[in-house]
Amino acid sequence: MAEVKLLATWPSPFYYRVVWALKSKGIAYEFIEEDLANKSPLLLQYNPVHKKIPVLIHGGKPICESMIILEYIEEIWPKNSLLPNDPYEKAVARFWIKFADDKSPEIWRVFRSVGEEQEKAAKDSLEMLKTIEEHALGEKKFFGGDKIGMVGIAFGQLAQWLQVIEDVTGVKLLEASEFPRLQRWINNFKQVPVINENLPDYDQMFAFFKGRRQMLLASK
Amino acid sequence: MAEEVVLLDFWPSPFGMRVRIALAEKGIKYEYKEEDLKNKSALLLQMNPVHKKIPVLIHNGKPVCESLIQVQYIDEVWHHKSPLLPSDPYQRAIARFWADFVDKKIYDLGRKVWTTKGEEQEAAKKEFIESLKLLEGELGDKPYFGGENLGYVDVVLVPFYSWFYAYEKCGNFSIEAECPKLIAWAKRCMQKESVSKSLPDREKVYGFVLQLKKAFGIE
Repeated sequence: MAEVKLLATWPSPFYYRVVWALKSKGIAYEFIEEDLANKSPLLLQYNPVHKKIPVLIHGGKPICESMIILEYIEEIWPKNSLLPNDPYEKAVARFWIKFADDKSPEIWRVFRSVGEEQEKAAKDSLEMLKTIEEHALGEKKFFGGDKIGMVGIAFGQLAQWLQVIEDVTGVKLLEASEFPRLQRWINNFKQVPVINENLPDYDQMFAFFKGRRQMLLASK
Repeated sequence: MAEEVVLLDFWPSPFGMRVRIALAEKGIKYEYKEEDLKNKSALLLQMNPVHKKIPVLIHNGKPVCESLIQVQYIDEVWHHKSPLLPSDPYQRAIARFWADFVDKKIYDLGRKVWTTKGEEQEAAKKEFIESLKLLEGELGDKPYFGGENLGYVDVVLVPFYSWFYAYEKCGNFSIEAECPKLIAWAKRCMQKESVSKSLPDREKVYGFVLQLKKAFGIE
């Protein structure tokens, strides 16, 4: 089998999306840590357009953008499938994956800002959570079905990173009483072995993001 | 089996054009419904409750939203004719990457070109041209991004060609002067009926942009 390498940084949630996909299919890979403050020739060679992580390198060929990487992984290693087979169900899954990608940055705006800007970002984040609660999560355990799939993985940021952002900024977004379905999903998601065994350590994440926020605020 | 295909659309939308082209390439008969975006229909609000946006593809009563998702859906359901995505997974990943690049860059930068002035407009023009040049690089010597035939990236990008004239007039620059290969590609695509019948006349688009500028109070 051709070699699989993953160029990424800890604790990027996009890196973890790829880890969860690879691990759920039992694919071995080599993790190459990237220093984003000092981008390596390897990164610049394999992602010249965006110069971002994660980059999956399969048999020497690069694939960029986490959800594109996941679609690729799904096609090359179809066992333990992460997407429905039916074209309509697949289209619905892809709709929510795009929603996750387009809207999740709102929670990071809460992390990066203060005052009025932070209030607006918090409002937008709540809108996003409401949409997920009302439209995306049916009564099933994980979004579209009973086992985790690409949609769950796409929303993975909400399972751990959201809490870190809330604790670091002091801005509470996800009240379990207001978002019972979302809270239930987060609890179930974190208990799935492949997720549970591959989550960044909470205390380390807290320390890391606390430091980052301090730096960000100092530079304002 | 009777297939019912309806497209909720708005004539100048490049996103809607993508779906029109894909349906035409596959020879699919469908009902086109023009939406008044200032007065959205009950059908649109029912079929796309999350975003309330066009285009919406309704296949046998079930809605598919978001243009890239719609094009992939059309390609998968009507897979026997004119394939748009490559069959090789790595080539598919490359096609998806460039479609994503178009979505990240072209619409927003183009919009900045016609809605701003001065330094902001110059910066937008510069980045817009740089993005087109990267796409030219990806095209290389191929007649289409899809190779010998129209493919996914062609369908995703060519609708913006109907807006280039408006961008050029508003930004006072020539896209052809900077990106001749890309314009040659666009003209090649326009020779296909599936494309030429799906794109509005560029003067009509420019007229629409002028109306919007007036409405937004942009000089």
